[in-house]
Amino acid sequence: MTELRHRGPAETDLQAADDFRGLDKDGAPDGDAHSDSEAKGDTGLPDVPVPPDDTPQVLNKALSGLSSRWKNWWVRGILTLAMISFFFFIIYLGPMVLMMIVLCVQIKCFQEIITIGYSVYHSYHLPWFRTLSWYFLLCVNYFFYGETVTDYFFTLVQREEPLRILSKYHRFISFALYLTGFCMFVLSLVKKHYRLQFYMFGWTHVTLLIVVTQSHLIIHNLFEGMIWFIVPISCVICNDIMAYMFGFFFGRTPLIKLSPKKTWEGFVGGFFSTVVFGILLSYVMAGYRYFVCPVEFNSDSNSFTVDCQPSELFQLQEYPLPAVLQSLTGWATVHMYPFQIHSIALSAFASIVGPFGGFFASGFKRAFKIKDFANTIPGHGGIMDRFDCQYLMATFVNVYIASFIRGPNPSKVIQQLLALRLDQQLQIFNSLKAHLTERGLLPANEVAA
Amino acid sequence: MTELRKRGGGEPASAEKEADGEERLALGLGLAGEPDGEAEGDSKADTPEAPPSVDNTPQCLSKALEGLSSRWRNWWIRGILSLTMICLFFLIIYLGPIMLIIGVMVVQIKCFQEIITIGYRVYHSYELPWFRTLSWFFLICANYFFYGETVADYFGVLVQKEEPLQFLVRYHRFISFTLYLTGFCMFVLSLVKKHYRLQFYMFAWTHVTLLIVVTQSHLVIQNLFEGMIWFIVPISIVICNDITAYLFGFFFGRTPLIKLSPKKTWEGFIGGFVSTVIFGFILAYPLAHYQYFVCPVEYDSETNRFAVACQPSELFLLHEYRPPKLLQQFLRQETVTLFPFQIHSVALSTFASLIGPFGGFFASGFKRAFKIKDFADTIPGHGGIMDRFDCQYLMATFVHVYIASFIRGPNPSKVLQQLLLLQPEQQRSIFNLLRSHLREKGMLPPTGSQAQ
Repeated sequence: MTELRHRGPAETDLQAADDFRGLDKDGAPDGDAHSDSEAKGDTGLPDVPVPPDDTPQVLNKALSGLSSRWKNWWVRGILTLAMISFFFFIIYLGPMVLMMIVLCVQIKCFQEIITIGYSVYHSYHLPWFRTLSWYFLLCVNYFFYGETVTDYFFTLVQREEPLRILSKYHRFISFALYLTGFCMFVLSLVKKHYRLQFYMFGWTHVTLLIVVTQSHLIIHNLFEGMIWFIVPISCVICNDIMAYMFGFFFGRTPLIKLSPKKTWEGFVGGFFSTVVFGILLSYVMAGYRYFVCPVEFNSDSNSFTVDCQPSELFQLQEYPLPAVLQSLTGWATVHMYPFQIHSIALSAFASIVGPFGGFFASGFKRAFKIKDFANTIPGHGGIMDRFDCQYLMATFVNVYIASFIRGPNPSKVIQQLLALRLDQQLQIFNSLKAHLTERGLLPANEVAA
Repeated sequence: MTELRKRGGGEPASAEKEADGEERLALGLGLAGEPDGEAEGDSKADTPEAPPSVDNTPQCLSKALEGLSSRWRNWWIRGILSLTMICLFFLIIYLGPIMLIIGVMVVQIKCFQEIITIGYRVYHSYELPWFRTLSWFFLICANYFFYGETVADYFGVLVQKEEPLQFLVRYHRFISFTLYLTGFCMFVLSLVKKHYRLQFYMFAWTHVTLLIVVTQSHLVIQNLFEGMIWFIVPISIVICNDITAYLFGFFFGRTPLIKLSPKKTWEGFIGGFVSTVIFGFILAYPLAHYQYFVCPVEYDSETNRFAVACQPSELFLLHEYRPPKLLQQFLRQETVTLFPFQIHSVALSTFASLIGPFGGFFASGFKRAFKIKDFADTIPGHGGIMDRFDCQYLMATFVHVYIASFIRGPNPSKVLQQLLLLQPEQQRSIFNLLRSHLREKGMLPPTGSQAQ
């Protein structure tokens, strides 16, 4: 996502050789690529091959007349629109397709990062290593999907006997699978390649930590209600585009040494426009049940349903405006959804802290001297390039929901309750009864045990 | 712990190129040339020469043993230190749960520091700006997160009483995440032009270390809260496995086990397995009698202390079992009276003997990869704290998963806490569900009053 914030047009695309150093201001000597290797004697870094031009033929023909700078602009613009349309399309298709897409994106990101690790460490010939990386990815996904399925598909799981056993011993099975991988790793250690193998082991685990856990947090957010999936992602996309635009037109003061093309004007402009965009988008979306209701699995129809009584968060309320805004707009009160206020918090995070995810990815690319994570999307780079800011956002939304919005998941609580011993259940029953009676939710004449 | 399994009494040949003739003979595998410097294939030029091990042996021991030959001297130092550590272990158990938790925390911090120091040396990253601060900051964040979850789970009553604690518990995840993010942003801001790769390496190194060291130490503490026996028996089993595998290897060892640790032998492995199973079985018997070991540790909010008193669960009540025919003849008894826990201890011992060593091999491979002899020099004759605890980590996770899958259900106070956070209609529907469930099971008398 760093490319979107060019201060000036991307002249560097003119020369393939400059592609590696294209992240610096034009004309500035690219100190860091050389000095990084000289200072530390990192002799192991390969020359990453120049990425082939992936632009489809049709686009190439249509744009063959323009100069290289505008060509790049157009390619990037068209691909952006294509991705956004694709995003809308998947939302239309529903939660199941969204989950599958999240899984695909996760696998692609994992593959991109692992491939970088391979090329950095020349570890293509390491025995077993590819197998082990994919095996660990499978294990971790099995663990997380199992937990998700157990939480949200409780009734389905109780019905089917094999699923019930898998769910009861889920942690044990996952741990056994992981241990198998661990032992295979230890047995695969080869005399001359110990360090390499440990590096790749560490690399795989950190990648799993970043990529897989966060994709599962996204799925948890999705189950809360599609709006908790759509609004954060849209805010991050909007922030990128807006910051780019503001930087393009008004950019003057550099923001951070790490990404010299980012500017304060872009940053601040992006912040304000994202907050406004978030408020407007939430207003539109909060009206529809399809977006607002928690996704539930209907065990009778065996499909996902999104139907419910919207919670207070998604019901219009009147708020009195502060005096300043009253005089500006002439309104005394304004009708808003409480969710819109939360969206301000989400937008603020996306604009202020989200970019640090982008800087982290920039630093990573500079550290390993690569221009993009991969070449999947013409003009944009790899999938990871597009999703680097999203990761922090996904975790933040999940923590935000858990802390400020909802309590625990009721079906999960039921599941845990039924797993307790009977005397413990009785104890809890009595505590609950006392609590409910106190609150007046149970009539006083309700007599049970 | 790999050193305990030497076939002979000498140290591995890495640091001392001028090996004793005796040690070479004792090694006897014909692998005298077993090069620890086989890093030719790992052509990273920046691996440092590990500084020669400092001899940490206290003066008094050195004097007492100066008469003996080097091989026996080493044996004696190692033996005395082993006994000292075992006594320390007993002392801490006697002192109670709070000391154990503090002990676990101290061990965790020391292990973290050892591994991070190795990272520094490997990458010459002493001069990196901020890096030490950031590593320790991340350690504090991770510990804050985990200890906060533990406190919220087990000290529910205390937490409800104090207002600031309530606030911290309610927003615990958010606060932990904010702390972590602060560290993350500091890391990004600290990236320096010439040192990007190094900084990323150290960042990853720190995170993997946290993953290994901190999560497992918290699993150890959770096991402890289940009952001190779930802490003592696994640790003792791993120690026993190490010692008995070493002894069997020493006396009977002949066939090498794995290329990675050439001093380990199949005889040691199998002998260790059988003796550990027996040891675990026997150890479980006396411990299971005492409430002090068997009861879940609870925090008594009136006396503000830990209390271990309860009705022992069925696991710790003597049952009669009919052994298979063969054993019946052998024992000349029809039935045996056992604690069910002893059968679980067989499972734990099996894991400790069969899979636990892989943790040791992993640590060996790590030391060879980075060309170090020991993680640190804290314990004379044994190396660093990490050297002693490398096999324990897999064990701690296994015991935790084992307990969660086979022994107990969820923690009732935690379930109640979650229940109270739900919406009232959800609480009511759960109440009704629970009531019909309990009625079905006969725990509640069926009454005429109607459910709502």
